[in-house]
Amino acid sequence: MDISQISEVNGISLLWTDMMIWGLMIFLIVWGKYISSSLQVQQKWQIFFQSKIAMVSSIVLSYYLIITLLDSIQLSLEGGGTLLDILLNHMLNATERTYSAPFAITEYNKSLVVANDGIASQVYLPLKHVITDTSIVLQSVYALIYSVIIAGVLFFSHLIWLNSKYKASLKQTTLKIIRSESKLPWLTAYITIFMLILFSTWLLQLSNFYHVMGTDKVGEDVLYSVLKSIRTGVLIGLLSTIVTLPLALILGISAGLFRGWVDDIIQYVYTTLNSIPGVLLIASAVLVMHTIMNNNPDWFSSTEERADLRLLFLVLILGLTSWTGLCRLLRAETLKISQINYVSVANAFGVSKLKIITKHIMPNLSHIILITIALDFSGFVLAEAVLSYVGVGVDPTMNSWGNMINQARLEMAREPIVWWSLFSAFFFMFVLLLSANLLSDRVQKVLDPRA
Amino acid sequence: MFAYLIRRVLFAVPILIGVNFITFALFFIVNTPDDMARAQLGAKQNSPELIANWKQKHGYDKPLFLNLDAPSAVEGITDTLFVQQSIKLFVFDFGVSDAGRKISADILERIGPSLAIALPTFIIGIITSISFSLLIVLFRGSTLDSITMMIAVAIMSISGLFYIITGQVLFSKILHWVPISGFSSGWDGFKFIILPVAIGVFAGLGSGIRWYRSIFLEEINQDYVRTAKAKGLSEIKVLFKHVLQNGMLPILTGVVVVIPSLFMGSLIMESFFAIPGLGSYTIDAIASQDFSIVKAMVFLGSVLYILGLILTDISYTFFDPRVRLN
Repeated sequence: MDISQISEVNGISLLWTDMMIWGLMIFLIVWGKYISSSLQVQQKWQIFFQSKIAMVSSIVLSYYLIITLLDSIQLSLEGGGTLLDILLNHMLNATERTYSAPFAITEYNKSLVVANDGIASQVYLPLKHVITDTSIVLQSVYALIYSVIIAGVLFFSHLIWLNSKYKASLKQTTLKIIRSESKLPWLTAYITIFMLILFSTWLLQLSNFYHVMGTDKVGEDVLYSVLKSIRTGVLIGLLSTIVTLPLALILGISAGLFRGWVDDIIQYVYTTLNSIPGVLLIASAVLVMHTIMNNNPDWFSSTEERADLRLLFLVLILGLTSWTGLCRLLRAETLKISQINYVSVANAFGVSKLKIITKHIMPNLSHIILITIALDFSGFVLAEAVLSYVGVGVDPTMNSWGNMINQARLEMAREPIVWWSLFSAFFFMFVLLLSANLLSDRVQKVLDPRA
Repeated sequence: MFAYLIRRVLFAVPILIGVNFITFALFFIVNTPDDMARAQLGAKQNSPELIANWKQKHGYDKPLFLNLDAPSAVEGITDTLFVQQSIKLFVFDFGVSDAGRKISADILERIGPSLAIALPTFIIGIITSISFSLLIVLFRGSTLDSITMMIAVAIMSISGLFYIITGQVLFSKILHWVPISGFSSGWDGFKFIILPVAIGVFAGLGSGIRWYRSIFLEEINQDYVRTAKAKGLSEIKVLFKHVLQNGMLPILTGVVVVIPSLFMGSLIMESFFAIPGLGSYTIDAIASQDFSIVKAMVFLGSVLYILGLILTDISYTFFDPRVRLN
């Protein structure tokens, strides 16, 4: 089997994980369209987004998702790269010799320089890719103007869309939003989106002149690595969760519905898997994967594809070792539901098992599934950092927060401390996880009948 | 009760066999006995005879799961590497590591340091989380409550690695309060364990507070609390006398399951602070791909997890007289 085969579409090629994330997106859009035809679901979403925190965190999450998607379109240009790489091209090419602090104009450590007259001295060498003939304030003002224009266009089109929905005058709708009288907290949404646009344009604008977050040991721009790491983090979080779903759903529901020996076997399987310490199970599986990949070098043709394949296997391993929790919850809930009268009646009427599952059981399980997905996501993102530290994470050549932390850990022992790459990785990770956790709280509040 | 326990212990046997099967399947896919022999013997002397010799000497000269040459069907299953090795694990004979040390002795030696970190973290963690959550339950619905809950979510959203690294830099490198890493037994060891314990407690505070708060809130909405308040009991008295006592049941039964696993130590904490416990032992084994140690730790971890499940059941009957085991 030739795994390295990649599909070529009009100059755009997709890696395995790219295909998975785009497939997931298409599925989500179709599913969302299908499910939101029901009025009940629409109401649930309304309630969900009424909370300002839910609004802010879902916008931040979408921001991360957009960056992930931009980074998941491989362009077959010279040297490869994704759509995101084109945006960040100036950072990729601005490689220095070694460490430099954020906004620094010289290197972080002194170097020995021998002058023409043969006298050696320790000096801070200037950075190669820093342009100092412009002021930071001026560039920040430019960034502010750009973001006001972008945000203005966005908000105006949204207002027009809302207008056509409410059938009110533009002025009325605007006033309604500003006075926070609209059904959903649009004002909060606008502020969040504006802040995000401002933050990104500011970073992008200044990165033309400085290394906004400094450079790392080999002189690579930290902002570039941290932005490229977003894809790895989001992919591991999203795809691993998706992998757990089919196993947990099929096994959990059949155990709860069929009981008897089916239940016994499924319970045995998940108790066994559960009793193996998680990190050990994942680490062993990853070690096996390394050996298998080393024995099959024909599966990938470039280091990029190898890294991608490793990410794919890591996602599969994380998913296959973490479905037991959800499975147990679903089994218990199915047991409870199948004792309720309407299921027994459906059974007595001879409704097929498949129909009972899709019509009566699945709809009553959806809140458990959604809550678990939201909780698992942050768990997987955190796990990536720990696994990279243990040495069984993503490929060392791949940009990931775990790899950044792992490298930066040693830099903390230097004198003076090189803190910026560690800080940047933790900051971007923290924002993602905070919004994911806040969102999962909201999901729980809206969907869990007991909460 | 006694009969129940016997049954639970017997039920653990097939699970442990399953665990062994998984580890076997995983390791022997990549590391066949031939590979092991070659690695042990070195590159120079790996003629087929020497390999066969090594395999026989170390008990690896049998087929993995099915012995087709065996005289009877029963022996066809028992006279295999899988069964022979599993029996060794079941009597806690873990064999010898790649470095030539006895694994059982290593494990016994390293349990102490692991517990020196894990036990205080566990106990102090529970006490602080319960105290904090009782406090915010007292002020439930107030701004203090929502701010604390936001902080709890924030604590949960930060990678544990961040707490360890910043803790080490701040308290050891800049303030010089405690040594950066290391371990010594006895009372001098106190200065080494204080930072990892403090970091462990803090990192667990977020999820702890949320969990205990939800338990206490569930209790506080019960009828008996309303009755107690109607009788004129003060809020604090209700909280400590009724809510805390009744909340202890789900708390105790919930934490009992992790107690045996404390012996395994914390992987990350021990390796960052250079504590010679089981956690760093495991990490080193994974890094050096020492399969015998990893296998032993997987088995030990599973035994302790199953022990935790049994202890949970027992604790139910102990604290809740309504539950009877049969």
